[in-house]
Amino acid sequence: MKVAVLKGGSSLEREVSLRSAARVEDAVGELGHEAIGIDVGQDLVDRLREHQPGVVFIALHGPGGEDGTVQELLEILDLPYTGPGVAACALCMDKVAAKHEMRADGIPTPDWAAFNATAFRELGAADTLDEIEARLGFPLVVKPASQGSSLGVEFAATREEVPEALLAAFSYDDRVLLERYVRGRELAISVLDGDALPIVEAIPREEDFFNFEARYEIGRTDYVCPAELGSDQTGQVQELATRTYETLGCSGFARVDVMLGEQGPRVLEVNAIPGLTDTSLFPMAAEAAGIDFTQLVGRILESAQTRPASETTLRRQAGPLPAGS
Amino acid sequence: MAEPGKPDRGRRGREPGAHRRRSAHTTSHDLERYASLFAKRTQVMRSSAMRDLMAITARPEVISLAGGLPDTSTFPAESFAAQMTRIAHESSAEALQYGPTEGFSETKACIAEVMAAEGMSPDPDDLIVTTGGQQAIDLITKTLVDPGDPVICEAPTYPGAVPTFCSYEADVHQVSTDDDGMRIDELEELLAVLARQGRRPKFIYSVPSFQNPAGVTLSDARRRRLVELARQHELLIVEDNPYGLLRYDGDPQPTLYSLDGGDYVLYIGTLSKILSPGIRIGWVAAPPPVLEKIALGKQAADLCTSTLSQYFVREYFGEGRWLSYIADLIEIYRDRRDAMLEALDRHFPPQAEWTRPEGGLFLWATLPGYIDTTDLLAKALRQNVAFVPGRAAYADGVRGGSSMRLNFSASGEQDLQEGIRRIGSVVSDQIALYETITGEHRVESSPDEGEEPGGEVVPMPRR
Repeated sequence: MKVAVLKGGSSLEREVSLRSAARVEDAVGELGHEAIGIDVGQDLVDRLREHQPGVVFIALHGPGGEDGTVQELLEILDLPYTGPGVAACALCMDKVAAKHEMRADGIPTPDWAAFNATAFRELGAADTLDEIEARLGFPLVVKPASQGSSLGVEFAATREEVPEALLAAFSYDDRVLLERYVRGRELAISVLDGDALPIVEAIPREEDFFNFEARYEIGRTDYVCPAELGSDQTGQVQELATRTYETLGCSGFARVDVMLGEQGPRVLEVNAIPGLTDTSLFPMAAEAAGIDFTQLVGRILESAQTRPASETTLRRQAGPLPAGS
Repeated sequence: MAEPGKPDRGRRGREPGAHRRRSAHTTSHDLERYASLFAKRTQVMRSSAMRDLMAITARPEVISLAGGLPDTSTFPAESFAAQMTRIAHESSAEALQYGPTEGFSETKACIAEVMAAEGMSPDPDDLIVTTGGQQAIDLITKTLVDPGDPVICEAPTYPGAVPTFCSYEADVHQVSTDDDGMRIDELEELLAVLARQGRRPKFIYSVPSFQNPAGVTLSDARRRRLVELARQHELLIVEDNPYGLLRYDGDPQPTLYSLDGGDYVLYIGTLSKILSPGIRIGWVAAPPPVLEKIALGKQAADLCTSTLSQYFVREYFGEGRWLSYIADLIEIYRDRRDAMLEALDRHFPPQAEWTRPEGGLFLWATLPGYIDTTDLLAKALRQNVAFVPGRAAYADGVRGGSSMRLNFSASGEQDLQEGIRRIGSVVSDQIALYETITGEHRVESSPDEGEEPGGEVVPMPRR
């Protein structure tokens, strides 16, 4: 079978994507398939039409590849693809929309307030900052609504730090959110085809605690998998992760990031296409479950071929979906 | 990575001869195993989000003002072909062979010509040909610096020197610069502080002419004072002078090496900016005892500098046109610098400041302190334009957060103007947004609209 591996693109996470894809291509080869790496650009549709792959493995991160855009194209081209569908990708990439869904479904997520730049420019949103700060307390976290990585994520320890943190976040997206900071343990729960894998805990070194960049560097953050939690708590967190995965309509695989604070676990966000590099958390969790990287890629490829028809946006003919699909 | 003696599990299903990048079986356990083997110094060799961002700047649709590339497109291809052909016909066996560690005497003669053009007359025995100027920085640091030893350089400093100093675990101290280059008064204070701690810097690294990244040039008086200080305190100066011959206006300054006579100044030169960075030919001039150690380091690093490149240099200099090629480059780069300065005046908001270099390849712009240029780069990349965030020029990775390095040698005038327009527009956006957020809202004056009032710009402190 031909497997197109989509990678690169113009997202800020291009490099991570290339690293993920390099491993995926090797694994696809080991599974006995033919891997066709495509650095996505203007010629994407042409390349896909030319190769007619049996499955498209989407190893893209960030806007464009992880937000439903590429997924939408693949729907139109009628090509099976890995990971969540269009709607789930769009939801996961938009942290604000995802938090609304979670809250509506009773999934605990920290309080937040979201703004777009227009609210500041035209609607005087700055006048509400005092109110927001009073309700969220300090430190608070400021993030762009739609970046997958740590880019643009800042802590603000005092109110003086808020404007600069906002400005930094606005460099990455026109919409940002201020979120209540939950002190606790950082957990990442990888969900493969609806099942939670062993939990990874990220333990940043003390001096790097407020430096999000350090979260992605070996030696500056320690990772423990499976996380040392009681079996009850492990089950509770895993159940929360799979419930979040379902709430956001994910399929195939995704990674749910959780802070385990005094009040219990809080879901921060869901990564529709988690990193698959040597240092990424998803492969680490799979390995702890006895699934090596090649097997993991095999499982993800299988799940692409069983996407529920309800995720299809462009049906072959008009009419209601058959019952039970 | 396939290990020798182990069956390579990666073969199955692979096209014969398919390129194998790395094993899909590198597990996190493997990773920990490697990590436990890493030398301590690798912990200070930081990877960063900035590096990932910089990788995007290479995309063809991006106008990159980030690189430090000279324009090699005007180098006459026929002349290149003729020289390489002559080498192949006349000296094939020698050109393909190893050469002496310190470099061929013919190469050194060419280097002596280049140094003479800036008023220096080194003894050829005091020279070693290196693989670019970068290797000279590496070898000097390797020769002189033990972990924790103080090294002094400019603030900002050459971004490529930062990882070198860090990998030898130097304790880097950076001295402010202004329009006249490194502030010698501040340097003296620093030396006094270090002396009180019983510490002596191993060397003072400086790019005195058209500094990378700041674009500023050390004044004559400061040059003399710096050399004097070195003698007085018996300190070594490492003078890195890649751009000295690329002066577009103003009078040439004496090199530190010529002022000192080569006792306390180690001199680094390169052909990268006046001929080609691809041939990787640089050099270091140093007092014999230091040079001897550097040669041993060079031997351990790469045995010798590319013989083929050295043969090319010999042929190229033999043609006797190297100075006229530099004169051509000067004409091109001067126009580009002027185009960039003009675009900055037009498109950058009044809150920004920048240097006005008399030569070299770069200038340094500084924005209000609340703008972080690493974040700004992300925004600029969405407009397909790139620069180097200022943090890269500081060893602590913190300072310089509101500055950026802009290169004017590698792009045509139109691209330069368009690139600066785009950066100016994202900067103006951020300033307006910040003022709205903080309630500091003032009447917006878009720098794109209208002429400068009166046409006369009040000179501002540029740093």
